[in-house]
Amino acid sequence: MNNLIDLEKKINSELTTKINESKISHDQLYLKIDHEDLLEVVTFLKTNNDTQFRQLIDITSVDYPEKSERFKMVYLFLSHKFNQRTILSFSIKENEQVSSLIKIFPSANWMEREVFDMYGIKFNNHPDLRRILTDYDFEGFPLRKDFPLTGNKEVRYSEDEKKVIYEPVKLEQDYRNFDYQSPWEGTKYIQEQTSKDNDKKN
Amino acid sequence: MTKKTKTLSLNFGPQHPAAHGVLRLILELDGEVVEKVDPHIGLLHRGTEKLIENKTYMQAVPYFDRLDYVAPMNQEHAFALAIEKILKIEVPIRAQFIRVMFCEIGRILSHILNITTQALDVGALTPSLWGFEERETLMTFYERASGSRLHANYFRAGGVHQDLPGNLDKDIGKFCSNFPKVIDDLETLLTDNRIFKQRNVDIGIVSKEDAIDYSFSGVMLRGSGIPWDLRKSQPYECYDQLEFKVPVGKNGDCYDRYICRIEEMRESVKIINQCLSKMPKGPVKSPDGKITPPPKKEIKESMEALIHHFKLFTEGYRVDQDEIYTAVEAPKGEFGVYLISDGSNKPYKCKIRAPGFSHLQAMDYLIKGHMLADVPAVLGSLDIVFGEIDR
Repeated sequence: MNNLIDLEKKINSELTTKINESKISHDQLYLKIDHEDLLEVVTFLKTNNDTQFRQLIDITSVDYPEKSERFKMVYLFLSHKFNQRTILSFSIKENEQVSSLIKIFPSANWMEREVFDMYGIKFNNHPDLRRILTDYDFEGFPLRKDFPLTGNKEVRYSEDEKKVIYEPVKLEQDYRNFDYQSPWEGTKYIQEQTSKDNDKKN
Repeated sequence: MTKKTKTLSLNFGPQHPAAHGVLRLILELDGEVVEKVDPHIGLLHRGTEKLIENKTYMQAVPYFDRLDYVAPMNQEHAFALAIEKILKIEVPIRAQFIRVMFCEIGRILSHILNITTQALDVGALTPSLWGFEERETLMTFYERASGSRLHANYFRAGGVHQDLPGNLDKDIGKFCSNFPKVIDDLETLLTDNRIFKQRNVDIGIVSKEDAIDYSFSGVMLRGSGIPWDLRKSQPYECYDQLEFKVPVGKNGDCYDRYICRIEEMRESVKIINQCLSKMPKGPVKSPDGKITPPPKKEIKESMEALIHHFKLFTEGYRVDQDEIYTAVEAPKGEFGVYLISDGSNKPYKCKIRAPGFSHLQAMDYLIKGHMLADVPAVLGSLDIVFGEIDR
C-alpha cells in the first residue's frame, strides 16, 4: 500500500479481530494487538503483498511497574518496498512468556536476548536465551524501573586475593535525583494534593 | 580405516587488535575452517539507556557521542530529531545545513577509520597512516565548532549549540578541495592491490534476501545491491535539497562494501560543498526560549531570558507525552532512537537501535565455512564499533 491510511484500512480489514487499536502519527503506523496473536500478525505483515514489512528493525520493552500488565513489548518493522514503518505493541504480565520471532526473522535472536537480559522477559522457543550485554553471572534486570541506577555490585582488583572481586556497591554519596519540577504545578506531592482537592469538589 | 577428527575451540579476543574494540569470539574450527562463531559482546556495556532515563533531555545528549565514538554527531542527530518531532520545533535553515555538514564530516571520519583499519587487518599499514592525518584535520573542525575533538555535544533540540566560528567554513571548503586527492591516493594503495583483493573479493558474501532478513542497513545493505539510503528514501533535515548519489554494490562481498565506502566519501565531500554554498546567514537555534537557552548578552539585559536560562539548566524542558521512532542514516547504517516521553523533563524510555548490533549478530552466518584468516577481513568490513553495540 502506498499510503499509510490505505495500509491501516487494509490491515484492519484483514485482521479485524486481532487489531485492538491502530493510529497514524509521525508518519508511522501504531498497532496494538493481544500477545497471543503476535506470530499470526507478524507473519501477515511480513508476507502479505500489500504490506511487505520485510525487515525487523528492533524489539524492545517498556516497564510500567504500577500497571497490572507490567511490560509493554514493542516491535519495529520497516517495509523497503513501500517505504513505511510500523510499530507493533502489546502488554504482558510480569511472568508471561512471549513467542519468539526467530522462525520469521532470524535477526530477532539477539534482540530477544537483549530484552531478556534487560527486563527478564522469557521467550518461547528461543534456541539460545542467554544474557547478552551484562556481565557473566549478572543478577537482576537493569532496565526495570525498580533496578537502582548505580547497580548492586562493583568490581575491584584485590591485592590480597590477586584477582578481581565483586563487592556490594558502596558510595560516598548516593546518586541525587533532584525534583526540578516547578513547585507550583509539577512536584509530585502537590499534584497529588490538587487531584485530591479536585475529587472532593466533584 | 576412518580417522577421527575433533573440532577445536578457539578464543579470539577480547583484547585483539583485529577485534576493533572489545569483542570476544568463541570460534569452533575444523582445521582452519570455521564451523561456528559465538560472539560474546557487552564488555563495553555502560547502561546508556538506563542513564538517559535518569537525565534530562539536554543532559542525555553527551551519551549519544559515546555510542559510535568515531562519528559522534550523527547519533546526536537522531536524538535531536526525535525531540523536535514530538515538540514540533522548526529548526532554522542555517542550523539544518550546519548539522548536515557535520553529519557528513562524521561519515567521512567513520569511513576513513573503517577503510584504513580494514586494510590494516589484511596487512596494509600505509593507508591508516595517510587516513588518520585527514581524520585529525576533520576532528579539528569538530573542535573548532564544539570545543572537543570527539565527544562534541554540539546538536541540540532546535538547532546547534553555537554558530560556526570565523573562517571555519573556508577551512572546511579548503579541505573539501584537497580531500578527493587523498581518496585517490588511498585507492592507488588498495583498490587494485593484489593482496587486498585476494583477501576481500568473494569473502563474506551476503545475498539480497539475507541482508534484509538479518536486519542489515547502511553499507551492508547497499553492498549487496539494495539501493536503500534513508537520506534519499525518508529525507530528514535538508537532505531533499542536496544532490548526491547512492553507491550500490553488486556482489555483496567485503570488497564491494569497501568500494561503497570509498564512493560514499566522495559523495559526502559533494554534500559538504553544497552545504557550504547554500548555507544562509541567520540564527542557529530555535528562538523558543523554553527549548534553547538565550544568548549570554540577553541574560544580562532581560529578566525573562534570565529565567529561561535558569529553568533550562536546572529543570530542563518538558516533552509532551508521546511515542516515536526516528532513524538517521549514520555511517554504519540505520541508527534509530525509540523515545517514549511522559510529559516530564526526562525520557521515560529511550531505546537506541544501533546498526552494528544486527551486523555483528550475523557473524555466524557470514563466517561459516570461511578460513580463520578471513575472520578479521569480514569483521573489518562489518564496520563495528563497540560503543554502539554494547551501549
